[in-house]
Amino acid sequence: MANILSKFYVKTKPLSIKEYKENGGFEGLEKALHKMKPQEILDEVISSNLKGRGGATFPTGLKWQFTANESNETKYIICNADEGEPGTFKDKVLLEGCPFLLIEGMIIAAYAVGGTKGYIYIRGEYPKSKEMLRNAIGVLKDEGYLGDKILDTDFSFDIEVRSGYGAYICGEETALIESIEGNPGRARTKPPYPPNKGLWGKPTLVNNVETLANIPIILSMGAEKFKEYGTASSSGTKLISVSGSVVNKGVFEVEFGVTLKDIVYETCGGLTENSKFKFLQLGGSAGACLPENLLDTKLDFDDLRSRNISLGSGAILVADDTTCLLGFIKATAEFFEHESCGKCTPCREGNKHVTKLLDKIVNGVATVEDLEILKDVALTMKEMSLCGLGQAAPTALLTTLNYFEGEYNEHIKGYCRTGVCFMKGGEVVNE
Amino acid sequence: MNKVTINIDGRDITVKDGATILEAAKELNIQIPTLCYHPDQSIKGSCRVCTVEVEGIENLQASCCTLVRDGMKVRTNTKRVRDARKKVLELIIASHNDNCLACVRSENCELQALSKELSMKETRLEKIVSNVSIQDDNPSIVRDSSKCIKCGRCIEVCHDVQGVGAIYNLNRSFNMEIGTPLGKDLSEISCVYCGQCINVCPVGAIYEKTDIDRVWKALEDEGKHVVVQVAPAVRVSIGEEFGMPPGSILTKKMVAVLRALGFNKVFDTDFTADLTILEEGNEFLHRLNGGGTLPMFTSCSPGWVRYIENFYPELLDHVSSCKSPQQMFGALAKTYYAEKENVDPKDIVVVSIMPCTAKKAEAARDEMIDSGYQDVDIVLTTRELGRMIKESGIDMISLPEEEFDEPLGISTGAAVIFGASGGVMEAALRTVYEVVTGEELENIDFVNLRGIEGFKEAVVKVGDLDVKVAVVNSLMSAKKVLDMVKEGKADYHFVEVMCCPGGCIGGGGQPIPGTNEIKRKRVEGIYNADKKLALRKSHENPAVKVLYEEFLEKPLGEKSHHLLHTHYVDRSN
Repeated sequence: MANILSKFYVKTKPLSIKEYKENGGFEGLEKALHKMKPQEILDEVISSNLKGRGGATFPTGLKWQFTANESNETKYIICNADEGEPGTFKDKVLLEGCPFLLIEGMIIAAYAVGGTKGYIYIRGEYPKSKEMLRNAIGVLKDEGYLGDKILDTDFSFDIEVRSGYGAYICGEETALIESIEGNPGRARTKPPYPPNKGLWGKPTLVNNVETLANIPIILSMGAEKFKEYGTASSSGTKLISVSGSVVNKGVFEVEFGVTLKDIVYETCGGLTENSKFKFLQLGGSAGACLPENLLDTKLDFDDLRSRNISLGSGAILVADDTTCLLGFIKATAEFFEHESCGKCTPCREGNKHVTKLLDKIVNGVATVEDLEILKDVALTMKEMSLCGLGQAAPTALLTTLNYFEGEYNEHIKGYCRTGVCFMKGGEVVNE
Repeated sequence: MNKVTINIDGRDITVKDGATILEAAKELNIQIPTLCYHPDQSIKGSCRVCTVEVEGIENLQASCCTLVRDGMKVRTNTKRVRDARKKVLELIIASHNDNCLACVRSENCELQALSKELSMKETRLEKIVSNVSIQDDNPSIVRDSSKCIKCGRCIEVCHDVQGVGAIYNLNRSFNMEIGTPLGKDLSEISCVYCGQCINVCPVGAIYEKTDIDRVWKALEDEGKHVVVQVAPAVRVSIGEEFGMPPGSILTKKMVAVLRALGFNKVFDTDFTADLTILEEGNEFLHRLNGGGTLPMFTSCSPGWVRYIENFYPELLDHVSSCKSPQQMFGALAKTYYAEKENVDPKDIVVVSIMPCTAKKAEAARDEMIDSGYQDVDIVLTTRELGRMIKESGIDMISLPEEEFDEPLGISTGAAVIFGASGGVMEAALRTVYEVVTGEELENIDFVNLRGIEGFKEAVVKVGDLDVKVAVVNSLMSAKKVLDMVKEGKADYHFVEVMCCPGGCIGGGGQPIPGTNEIKRKRVEGIYNADKKLALRKSHENPAVKVLYEEFLEKPLGEKSHHLLHTHYVDRSN
């Protein structure tokens, strides 16, 4: 199993600079500050083919280049640590296991794009991570890695920790920026994109924790070596958070190119005793629910795109056949109804109608027409919402309507095959 | 700036880089439906009605906030696009209280118009309408959340144009609503009742608190002597309520219709506007020569007065002590006029027709009882007058023209221009110049003070003195001047402030829509009306001269002090 990222949080104590350095820590930063020009760093990151690990899979080097191209005396570097996607807990492992790694990534990013100030925006539900980061920043300031004249160069950079208070939408980069500015978390229309005009109107680079954690590794081993991990379209490794009915749950580092089947049956040791696979949700609550016959899908951006599936944050939830599909989808829909910011029509109104219609289905009072309306509303949300939240909110619904439509029809007729909801058990055949 | 060429519905169009698809389509005369979009506001991109297909992008795109790219191919009229627009509209309608039959904005509602435009049929979605009660515990403005479509226009105008910030987005998701801090009534917060939120609301979620029935009741009460005064801006906008182009001057038809409605006397606020110039002009000279507080701010705009009372009470000494023309009229109607006509002032009902919602609150101020009674009894907006006329069945447009009654109906061109930003200053300068120099002012048109721009300034030579003046409209512009004064950076002598963008022609009681384009036409109407009059300087108003001879004696005299001047209140806490 690959361990280019995990070795740091497995082998080092979180606040020990000594152990961090023994494992290769700060090699990337030393190289960047002492041996490379900013553009050389940008070229290296572009050449590494690193793509954003937060869910949107945008090429990181390109985002850096856009920010670097802006001529502005003030530029911000934001680490998006608002890990709010349900079932996702891989950033937490980095934040608490090896905070130096992502901070090193931020310092390199700032040096490369001309960043003057950094913010780590961390979700309010991670108090321990927040404390760890503050301590880490304190240690790094004392040791000359942050603050004025870093490592005896002319480069100065400082980082502040800011915290969210539980709004899922604040993981969306423009809502996150609004939140740092002190406004309610609501997505902005794009353009302007943050690299051009972000925090307080200044060019702003927003990267996910895992993305930034990859940077020191790329710099120290070199882009070519980095690309030996993974596939042609997807270089490096991915931290996945696995939960549900598998034997081994938790965070694993896997190389791109591995199939979902390998993850479930090898990395995670297969399903728990006596349970039968029903579906796998990839990418958190905003992700697709895939049936067994799609488990040959590879963790590879090209393969995923060709199947119209998004990797999202890399969360994997394995559901067994005791899961009532409608109960699961209803819980998912309620989550999004709660988390919509309310700015655009499709998401604000659509989520409400979706939960109401699902309520009808679950309570046995829905009609076949309701199912049609449900599909329509879900599609309107996907195609017309302003930001990723509304666009992705109906993904689980739309994919299960595609792969598991029978269970919707069963519930409309008053049956649930799992027998766990209040409806009768058993399948309806040819009624 | 670079140009890019895109293709919309099979036709190429070259536009400037940075344009939106919506703007490019407009150049091809392709009408993309919109709802949250407003020509004078920032792009919100929230309603998603203006959706189009862009080749190569899987999801539909909102054309108002999608920028053109060279070679872009756009489809605005496919089945997919038409269906999508209907579906998003269906979502909006599902949570909209569509009791159109009893809605003040029926037939002038952007949602209703859009529904028609998109051929909406019945909605299949369950109706989920907010049952928050109507909020109207104040003299001016009613808010009905069951009609709100959450476009955010009212918030933008309140924060960015007026700098008041009385309303916000509260909560999120389906519970997101537009409301006041802690759900308080408008009367408990810093709202100035300007009504600009009403003017930009696409539906009937915000409107003026109507007083039409009180007027009907007074008109039918034989024991009452009901007099009406009409503000300058109303005459160039009332026509819009009847399909006439903005800026049409309907002064004399308006007089005729008011008389036909049953008012005992039809008077003109322009009369007291001329009077204001004499009082305020003299107050200005008094401050200038006597070392009084300068710059002096005008005081005719009640939204502005409430703003400075709320936010800058430490600068209240700068505000002229003159009452607004509306309130001067009320005080004189129940004293001078009552004596002259031998009517018992307790039987007189003074009705105002104003372009303004803040005037309703002004008339209700505790101190506005100098006649011994409430000086102004009822205030209607221009829109309410339009509704009253429609209700009466009288065809205003076909009525023969009539003249205002005397004496409170006599006025000059200087009074008419009170209706547009810059007008009060121009009128004051026409008079101050001649009073100070004793010479006739040759060019009386101060064109550089005119127009709807928010901040204008000029230096005018009056005798030996260079008088430095500023003219601001919208409260955000007023705030700039106030901050300059606080920092000691404002070397103006005299500043005209109008609360509403463009001045009273853009008031919160004016016909809807009232876009900048329409405001410019109303301004044109105002200056045309001024030009047509024989008398164009306030001090030449013969009826005002008589008023001083018979009653007031002299500007700033004892009676003036009692009836025409007022004081202000610190409302900052």
